[in-house]
Amino acid sequence: MSRIAQAFSCAREQNRAAFVAYLCAGDPDFNTSLAACRALLENGVDVLELGVPFSDPLADGLTNQLAAQRALEGGMTAARVFEFVKKIREFSDVPVVFYTYYNLVFSNGIEAYVKAAKAAGVDGMLVLDLPPEEGAEFSAAARAQGIDSVCIVAPTTPDARIAKIAAVATGFIYYVSREGVTGVRDQVAVGIPEAVARIRVHTQLPIAVGFGIGTRAQVAEVAAQADGVVVGSALVNIIKENLAARETIAPALAAKAADLVAGTRR
Amino acid sequence: MTATPSPAVAAEPIDRFSLPDAGGHFGRYGGVFVPETLMTALQDLGAVYEKARLDPAFQAELKNHLKEFAGRPTELYFAERLTRHCGGAKIYLKREDLLHTGAHKINNALGQALLALRMGKKRIIAETGAGQHGVATAAVCAKFGLECVVYMGAVDMERQSLNVFRMRLMGAEVRAVTSGQKTLKDAVNEAMRDWVTNVRSTHYILGSALGSHPYPMMVRDFHRVIGQETKAQLLAREGRLPDEMIACVGGGSNAIGFFFDFLEDKSVRLVGVEAGGRGIKRGEHAARFEGGKLGILQGAKTYILQDPDGQIELTHSVSAGLDYAAIGPEHAYYRDRQRIDYAYACDDEVMETFQLVSRLEGIIPALESTHAFVHGLKRAKAMRSDEILVINLSGRGDKDVNQVAKILGVSL
Repeated sequence: MSRIAQAFSCAREQNRAAFVAYLCAGDPDFNTSLAACRALLENGVDVLELGVPFSDPLADGLTNQLAAQRALEGGMTAARVFEFVKKIREFSDVPVVFYTYYNLVFSNGIEAYVKAAKAAGVDGMLVLDLPPEEGAEFSAAARAQGIDSVCIVAPTTPDARIAKIAAVATGFIYYVSREGVTGVRDQVAVGIPEAVARIRVHTQLPIAVGFGIGTRAQVAEVAAQADGVVVGSALVNIIKENLAARETIAPALAAKAADLVAGTRR
Repeated sequence: MTATPSPAVAAEPIDRFSLPDAGGHFGRYGGVFVPETLMTALQDLGAVYEKARLDPAFQAELKNHLKEFAGRPTELYFAERLTRHCGGAKIYLKREDLLHTGAHKINNALGQALLALRMGKKRIIAETGAGQHGVATAAVCAKFGLECVVYMGAVDMERQSLNVFRMRLMGAEVRAVTSGQKTLKDAVNEAMRDWVTNVRSTHYILGSALGSHPYPMMVRDFHRVIGQETKAQLLAREGRLPDEMIACVGGGSNAIGFFFDFLEDKSVRLVGVEAGGRGIKRGEHAARFEGGKLGILQGAKTYILQDPDGQIELTHSVSAGLDYAAIGPEHAYYRDRQRIDYAYACDDEVMETFQLVSRLEGIIPALESTHAFVHGLKRAKAMRSDEILVINLSGRGDKDVNQVAKILGVSL
């Protein structure tokens, strides 16, 4: 069983949803970001979704765009991202999923990239702009290396496509609960239970729900409807708000993570 | 970084209608690389376009709007003084600059607006670099009563303030994009973010032969009329095909529309001209075939200016419309096939030629189109006087006069 599968099954046994937390690797700098990830991992995060900063993150809202920009300005590179994961592996076995764009994976050879990711300790990859129609080469490389290929289902995805996506997905399915880019919203999207049921017809993989979730109450609401809850921008915002005093970022994230994780209990 | 096609591929006869394949591929280029939220919209758009393309009523309606609203056909003009100046080939200009709103962009904007009406989508978004596509989209939206939002990089808004005002006069909302380097690429990112968010109500009128399938094919088809007219006009006038055709290439829509009906005419040399900016150094130009490599950006696999890690590089060109890190996938394919050649022109040559063409012909070309002239005049000089060269004058330069004056140190 992969570490990702274990994380979800462990959460299920504890009668709670798995908590998937997103941060951009290297935001705002390598060491602060590492401390930030550590704060999350020590406070109950089940899966760490690590954004690999890209110059043109077209699926991301402003919060995550700026995070990627800070990380790149802070000196994050392809090689340093792998080093970052290796550092995490020195203190944590929590599964790490790369949240990334295809050009970064493709530019120096897909197989080499996936191999390097595996060697660093990455468990899964979600390539945002790589639909299953174009994903054969990546899927084969991921399968060969034992890296899970996490896929997205959107509210606009018809049933026939869900089947196609489910056929290539491993690890978990990420249901983005609303049309739009990443970012915190006031209310949880409607129709999540129906969407989860539609996806469930085609897969036994865990289904995590994200996009726009930022408070404990929202986490609790979604935790009752899905196998996992993804929180991203709300955490990235804490980094943004504390840039003037970087040493306060990790403690602030620790407190926020503990609060949100409490919401995952059913 | 140049891809060398296998001789076998280069030798296969070209069938211009065989591409793209069902998945939007031109050989190894093109395809569909977008977030899942957009997949269904793109597939629906592909299906609607396929039906419209084969529907005589749609084509007749489009043709009528192209004639009455846009002003087609455009003239094929013999540039007598430029020809004499160069002392070589006869130079003809395809006068897309005479179209309503000032450039070829209106061909595509009209076609896609009609598709939006067919799909029942009342809200239109677009990106724009030089502002010509934004102005064309604003015009067709006003004409058809559609809501229009145009994304434009803040840097481009300053370079092209006249076009910003024109769009606003026609009722479009122009939204400044302040992310990244604040130019065309960033405007495309913002437009795609808007589309992801409002996909059910909104059609995205992409302005070049770029992005995910079906856009490169669809935009090409809407601009094919440029080459079709050119062929008929030159045959009527000279009784033969040209020896060489030259067009500027940003995303590549005017060029692919101009070249498409000549792809199978092997005797006609086709040349696309990219923006050499301040010279071929990293971050100083937008010549994708000079420093780019294969990658994926904004929906398509193609040649992209990027750093060794795969981060997209900054670009520069004096012309906002060519200032873009990726090239249309069909161009990359025909370059591999050695059917279309590519050259580049640098900012200083462009400034010089802009003034030369204005003085000699009484025609002020767009800075984008001037790139084609820079290469075209060099070629004309090298060609014989019984040879024929056609340059696609894709747009007029009225929008550029403020910027040119500033560069020349003239206060208006």
